[in-house]
Amino acid sequence: MRAVFAQPSTIIVLLALAIFTGTIVVMAGNGDISTSLVKVLGMTLCFCLAAVAMDLIWGYTGILSLGHFAFFGIGGYAVGMWIMYARTEAIVVAAQASAALPPTPEEIRSAIGTQIFGVVGSAEIPPLWMFAHSFWLQMLMVILVPGLLAFVFGWLAFRSRVTGVYLSILTQAMTLALALYLFQNDSGLRGNNGLSGLQNIPGFEGTPQSDISIAFFIASAVALALGYVLCAWVVSGKFGSVIRGIRDDENRVRFLGYQVTHFKLFVFVLTAVICAIAGALYYPQAGIINPAEIAPIASIYLAVWVAIGGRGRLYGAILGAATVSLLSTWFTGGRVPDIDLGFTRILWVDWWTVLLGLSFVLVTLFAPKGLAGLFDYLRLPSAVKPYKGEPKRIK
Amino acid sequence: MSALLEVAGVSVSFDGFKAINDLSFEIEPASLRAIIGPNGAGKTTFMDIVTGKTRPDKGRVTWGEHNISLLKKSEAEIARLGIGRKFQRPTVFEDQSVFENLIMALKNPRTTFATLFYRRTEPDVTRVEELAREIGLTSELGRKSGELSHGQKQWLEIGMLLAQDPQLLLVDEPAAGMTVGEREHTTRLLREVAKTRSVIVVEHDMEFVRQLNCRVTVLHEGSVLAEGSLDYVTNDERVIEVYLGRSGER
Repeated sequence: MRAVFAQPSTIIVLLALAIFTGTIVVMAGNGDISTSLVKVLGMTLCFCLAAVAMDLIWGYTGILSLGHFAFFGIGGYAVGMWIMYARTEAIVVAAQASAALPPTPEEIRSAIGTQIFGVVGSAEIPPLWMFAHSFWLQMLMVILVPGLLAFVFGWLAFRSRVTGVYLSILTQAMTLALALYLFQNDSGLRGNNGLSGLQNIPGFEGTPQSDISIAFFIASAVALALGYVLCAWVVSGKFGSVIRGIRDDENRVRFLGYQVTHFKLFVFVLTAVICAIAGALYYPQAGIINPAEIAPIASIYLAVWVAIGGRGRLYGAILGAATVSLLSTWFTGGRVPDIDLGFTRILWVDWWTVLLGLSFVLVTLFAPKGLAGLFDYLRLPSAVKPYKGEPKRIK
Repeated sequence: MSALLEVAGVSVSFDGFKAINDLSFEIEPASLRAIIGPNGAGKTTFMDIVTGKTRPDKGRVTWGEHNISLLKKSEAEIARLGIGRKFQRPTVFEDQSVFENLIMALKNPRTTFATLFYRRTEPDVTRVEELAREIGLTSELGRKSGELSHGQKQWLEIGMLLAQDPQLLLVDEPAAGMTVGEREHTTRLLREVAKTRSVIVVEHDMEFVRQLNCRVTVLHEGSVLAEGSLDYVTNDERVIEVYLGRSGER
């Protein structure tokens, strides 16, 4: 752990995050920034956490997973189930409080079922929701469900030595299958309606959204800090050497006596759980989750953030996720003036994706190490001297 | 003396092509052996079988005093039993320093969690420094291994093999692409190593094999054609016909 804090990048990231969090909290307290902006920033921090996990699995271990946003979504669904259930339960109990006879538990359950699943023409509470009544059990699900899914999927894929683009396709198929399943009305998760009203946290009905948003913002910042330190610790030392070795030449690692499958599986499960926790913090701020969130494109965005920010360094992932997702919010928020070119009008809501695609191409061509790679130019000439008599290698 | 590695009656075919055909071979502890043979003789496939990369169709491969069968074991398990392999192309982790490469290869518990909670110890650092001295890379310890010359990468890879403390080293064409000086260093290194461990060198280059001055096994079409000293095998009629007859291009 000492090695983690010996790296200047860790200290800088944590310091910058602390200053940023403090500033926003103070400004929000003074009413200088709106509640919705606090939520956007809090959600951005969750994206950053997911991107750090993505960098661990892709940038360090070399596994381009196009399914990590699915784990993010599962985390959101898991927390959303508790929020919806507990809030509906409170409403049902309050509504029936004035009834002549106190309602039986069955009546309450049936009323909750009708309330939640009426939109998909059902009144039954599906077995998937068996833990939704309990906060702690459901929070356990935030970790267990994506962890188990990642374990089973990863075990099957890595054991069969599926690598490279084939693994990417496989993870994307998993994501698509999950999204398609969730779109069905009888999935038990309200089909394409998804889960909504997640900004209303049960037990805090009297607390204004401005306070709740600050609490989630701080929680997201703390989660990002902890996740960053955890990932920085994982990639430091020998474990980091081994996973970077797996990225560069996994056969060689095998002949050194390391079980490559186990290492990949560990990183896959760990990053899936980190993504799920990020999602569990994100969706109460977003207020709604539906299957479209899990669509494969979201996981591709996650990879784009990491690529633009700079693979193979964790602060690059944060930089990429924050820059791209905030720019995306800005451009698609309708506040950027459209440009009239006479023959056509540049509507940024539509043209933003073109801009993003272009910048992705530009970064890949001219800054392969991403935005974070630009920091290298700030440093003084490298301490590594060319070997005497050795011609400089042409890349 | 009982054999360290025994390969008996092994055959393997790929899509009908018999890469290894009823091959039997054994090597004693602490000995140096060169395997030569024309392209397609099955040299690399032989290494793949011993290290667990390829499963033979029939035959047995046993290891050590207790005659453990290697056929059901994974590459990582075989590596941990004490068989190290050096590939033809130098494969070191170019993105990492010489030090990191060596520390990764050290014979320590190699499970996921043991690696995660590994702390660098004084004996380990000393061991790495010893190894670096042995392979002549002491002053390069802090450099990225991608910056090393071709020969240095080969030695680093040999060092990584030694770090695993194996009883048997399989070395695929160590002298390929080396300068004369580097070649001599490599010869010395391998002969030194073979005093305490067994080394099997697969080589095309007859001059290099001559310098190694060891017993030679000639492979041809997946089985052993001849075995003995280099002079003995190079005088064998059949060897001259299949191998030396067209060794002009070496």
